[in-house]
Amino acid sequence: MSSLSVPQSVPTPAEDCDQLRKAFQGWGTNESLIISILAHRNSEQRKLIRQTYGETYGEDLLKVLERELSSDFERALLLWVLEPSERDAFLANEATKMLTSNNLILVEIACTRSSHELFLVRKAYHARFKRSLEEDVAYHTAGDFRKLLVPLVSSFRYEGDEVNMTLAKSEAKVLHDNILEKAYSHEEIIRILTTRSKAQLSATFNQYNNVFGNAINKDLKTDPNDEYLKLLRSSIKCLTYPERYFEKTLRLAINKTGTDEWALTRVVTTRAEVDMQRIKEEYRRRNSIPLDHAVAKDTSGDYEKMLLALIGHGNAQV
Amino acid sequence: MALEDELQAVTKALSGIGIDENLLISALGKWNPVERKSFRKETSQFFLKDDRHFERWDDQQVKLLKREFLRFKNAMVLWTMHPWERDARLAKEALRDGPQSYGIIIEIACTRSSEELLGARRAYHSLFDHSIEEDLAYHINGSDRKLLVGLVSSYRYEGPRVNVETAQIESQTLHTAIKNAHKKKPKEDEDVVRILATRSKAHLKTIFNIYKETYGHNIHDELEVDSRLEEAVLCLGNPVTYFSKALDEALKSGSDENTKEALTRVTVTRCDYDIKEIKEEYNRHFGVPLCKSIEDKTHGNYKHFLLTLLARGD
Repeated sequence: MSSLSVPQSVPTPAEDCDQLRKAFQGWGTNESLIISILAHRNSEQRKLIRQTYGETYGEDLLKVLERELSSDFERALLLWVLEPSERDAFLANEATKMLTSNNLILVEIACTRSSHELFLVRKAYHARFKRSLEEDVAYHTAGDFRKLLVPLVSSFRYEGDEVNMTLAKSEAKVLHDNILEKAYSHEEIIRILTTRSKAQLSATFNQYNNVFGNAINKDLKTDPNDEYLKLLRSSIKCLTYPERYFEKTLRLAINKTGTDEWALTRVVTTRAEVDMQRIKEEYRRRNSIPLDHAVAKDTSGDYEKMLLALIGHGNAQV
Repeated sequence: MALEDELQAVTKALSGIGIDENLLISALGKWNPVERKSFRKETSQFFLKDDRHFERWDDQQVKLLKREFLRFKNAMVLWTMHPWERDARLAKEALRDGPQSYGIIIEIACTRSSEELLGARRAYHSLFDHSIEEDLAYHINGSDRKLLVGLVSSYRYEGPRVNVETAQIESQTLHTAIKNAHKKKPKEDEDVVRILATRSKAHLKTIFNIYKETYGHNIHDELEVDSRLEEAVLCLGNPVTYFSKALDEALKSGSDENTKEALTRVTVTRCDYDIKEIKEEYNRHFGVPLCKSIEDKTHGNYKHFLLTLLARGD
């Protein structure tokens, strides 16, 4: 569930733009005013604001934000204002240009978005970068990473609940046999992970656990430093228990010395409107401290205000 | 007509592609038992002499006839279908038929636009409760799997922007893979699959042009050793040529059912797109208008339907 809080009666896009314009004028920028507006509008509303701002003042709101703001706060706001599919396209493109450790972002996007959403991302990618997502991922990866990542970002999984238990049993065995032989990038593992529906995969992993006694991710932890295995485990987690994946990502980002702001920003801006409530519950359960407290302790200034506004804080629950 | 001529005409009406329904009605419909017996006695193409002293329909021939009678109905059903359902069903059928039909999957994956292919994938979900890549990957093994799943999963950029430097490098990559075919099958080369399955059509056409300029041959001519890659390259770079060839193969006498089916499939699926260019290419390459070939080699309602569709392209 979304953690976003939007006011009961929302000002018109024109009124919002007027306020935003005021926030940019004069010495410095009124960041609190910006947060009070943008962090409390949903995707559709933000789209209208951006459109109206462009029509009224002849400038793309994003460019203004880029100019007026800086560092983590700027990045958080820029990501937030983008539409979900544009945002994911931007993050994916960024990830392809960086080191292998950022392949995780591609896995995250490919596996936690719905089939329809993933296609919107691919479409947004065409529009912005004049190339296809899979073309860039393929070009910037090699070997096992390419074998896994290209089919993952190209998948268009069936979204029904139907499960074939016989198939789940046989594919659990196929996975297990290959894992035993350490053939982690075997065609069959890739095939199952990158083409089966999420419902079918859940059933398959449950079978795996029931029949072989270990959760599949446990068996894939043979080398905790192996980047490829990390991706494999993350895919499985993202496909079946995304809230747990996001909880862990947030926990690691916050606990890291100096904080991993990029990961923090990414998770908060991409999940605020989707399942942040669930993630908060998971975080509270695991860490005994509410997410907003942890974020407040670890961040400061406008960046902190922005994150807290999106996460929702001081609420009755959590 | 004298009976002799009529017997020949009826035999002809029952042979070839489609059935000449009108002739059958006007000839066969009039025959009395004696004339029909003559037909059975003299047409060993259809009837066998049974030991118990009667002329029996050859089962195999009845099967073939059944298919020919259905050709018109199949064409109608395909013509009225939503293009997404059409492509999804064609792909499913091809998968069921086995390797000899996988070319149809390549055809669909490579000649449709990105949005049309997405639509087909959506329809496939609805019709078959699976994703197309899931079924392909499950039923196809080896190097064909990577290529076909890759092609069917693509959502290519459709704009004109091309990076010529990259195209040059990739043309070289393809050439090297082709030259090393004796050591490693080109379709097992990671980069060959990457290029063909992910690059935009504009980019691919640039690659193919550079290839021709640099090495002096069309790339698809050099891929005769690997029919899947040849088909993919032709479908991606020069679909009009591909379709024109498919029609020619379908109209050749002695072609098998899979090959013949291309006649309906290509005409119905390309009628509203590039059938005009296909007709021109056919004429240029084979020296005879497509309509004439169809007039000569097909019969009945099926023929009239094809010709009507082809006329729409004018």
